[in-house]
Amino acid sequence: MPDLGPLWLSLALAGVTTVILFFLGTPLAWWLSCTTSRLKPVIEAITALPLVLPPTVIGFYFLIALGPASPVGSFWLQVTGDALTFSFTGLVVASVIYSLPFMVQPLQNSFESIGVGPMEAAYTLNASRIDAFFSVVVPQARRGFITSAVLAFAHTIGEFGVVLMVGGNIPGQTKVISIAIYEHVETLNYADAHILSAGLLSFTFVVLFLVYAQRNGNRTHA
Amino acid sequence: MLEQSDKRLEIDTSLGFGKFNLEIQCELSLQGVTGLFGPSGSGKTTLLRILAGLENRSKGSVSYGGVIWQDSTVFIAPHLRSVGYVFQDARLFSHLDVEGNLRYADRRKIPKNRLITFSEAVSILQIDSLLHRETDSLSGGERQRVAIARSLLSQPELLLLDEPLGALDVVHKKEIFPYLQSLHRSFGIPTIYVSHSVTEMAQLADNMIMIDSGRINSIGSVSQVLGREALDWSVVPFEPVAILSVKVVEDFPALHLTRVAHGEQTLMVPSLKNVQPGDSIRLSVRATDVVLATSKPVDLSVRNVVLGQVKSVKTAPGTAFATVTVDVDGTCIPSQVTLEAIDELGIETGLPIYALIKTATFDRSFSGGLS
Repeated sequence: MPDLGPLWLSLALAGVTTVILFFLGTPLAWWLSCTTSRLKPVIEAITALPLVLPPTVIGFYFLIALGPASPVGSFWLQVTGDALTFSFTGLVVASVIYSLPFMVQPLQNSFESIGVGPMEAAYTLNASRIDAFFSVVVPQARRGFITSAVLAFAHTIGEFGVVLMVGGNIPGQTKVISIAIYEHVETLNYADAHILSAGLLSFTFVVLFLVYAQRNGNRTHA
Repeated sequence: MLEQSDKRLEIDTSLGFGKFNLEIQCELSLQGVTGLFGPSGSGKTTLLRILAGLENRSKGSVSYGGVIWQDSTVFIAPHLRSVGYVFQDARLFSHLDVEGNLRYADRRKIPKNRLITFSEAVSILQIDSLLHRETDSLSGGERQRVAIARSLLSQPELLLLDEPLGALDVVHKKEIFPYLQSLHRSFGIPTIYVSHSVTEMAQLADNMIMIDSGRINSIGSVSQVLGREALDWSVVPFEPVAILSVKVVEDFPALHLTRVAHGEQTLMVPSLKNVQPGDSIRLSVRATDVVLATSKPVDLSVRNVVLGQVKSVKTAPGTAFATVTVDVDGTCIPSQVTLEAIDELGIETGLPIYALIKTATFDRSFSGGLS
């Protein structure tokens, strides 16, 4: 039986990342869904970058941006006494950026399909902007929120390249499940690699199945 | 019920959308129902949205009852204007059932405006049986009834109705119409009603604003605006109509007719529901349903013959027709006749003339029923 530490670390990383993305991605997706600003395509393109770029490219830039020599990294070192790179915190920062499109895009689609109509109706029923958002848009975008959260979570679990570049392979700190599998294969420990890989494969399939099942359910319901 | 409020609405606003430019300046004393009338694309909905605060790009000023809603420095958010808005497409919240939609408004009501209680709204608009239905299972007419009740429950000080019948077929229009007619009578809330139907205007509105291409074309009481002799019907793409203010005299149930009086003269109209002798009502008469005669006709099926005087004759260039306006005891009734007939009968200004009005014209104008 392989060491399950990497599994718990992956789940913790994905959980923390998803929660942060929830608070970061929701306002961003809302802004993108209703803005007429000329900046919109720029922000959309930046948000979509992690979908297209090889993880090594993103990881490389993170390594530089978060390293102790960078302003961000040295600030973090001064405040906390720890380096951002090769730490769990650094992994969270990198994962948040790396999984951002998986949170923002489904939410933005969901907000756009709701449109401004229900918000306007709520305004005329004496609901303030914030009230209307939470009482009308959030419940109507419920499925979008579920899809976004599940995809962001699952994508973070499956992350490898960025983690390897930014986090390295420190047990209990940055050794997540994908890194552990890589290590087992490198050391020809195929049995443990099989167990972890099969586990990750089943988990991912179940998650995606649930997402698509509720999406299709949504369609037939509507 | 609120006191019969008489609040002034002062509008001096403009808003451009590409080539279309809306520019409206007017001061209204909002009593009863004010009809906002004009062809599609004339800016009716845009003006209504500006009043509700839904167009924050609009320039100029709007104030209501002395409170500035917007000017160059102020913009009161829509939820602080206490304006009720019934959208053409109802806009019920799909994540709530009917009762949930009504409670949504009820929870956010302005407590000092006690217009209507939850149970009154439900009973007046007859939605008891719909309360637990999902909104997407409702018919168009049911949706509008729920939307109207929801809007009333937010206890607005001004009600804006944006073509609430616009998306409905004839059957559902008939279903909603009586509710609209009773709205103002029951609650006394100032209402602006948008429509491009002359009949709806005649039946529902007291005053009206006619707008065309983003500008005010005319403004005044319904009979003034629609009955205006100077009204150039050729630029307004509607059939000319007359609005007759009449008093109910007597009902004849066996004949399904009601006798009404207009000044000294009487007319027979299809039975009016729920009216008492002495009630004042308005009837609309289409110009195409009015026939003219220079002597009192006999042996005709037409029941309604009134005597008046030719006030004006307007020809429509390039057509076979002219609009003859007949003054009947102070009300202008237009009639559409051919140029040939005008020549043959010698119709000219000042000539005494009989206007024959088909009873069926009233039937159509009452297609919604009068409650």
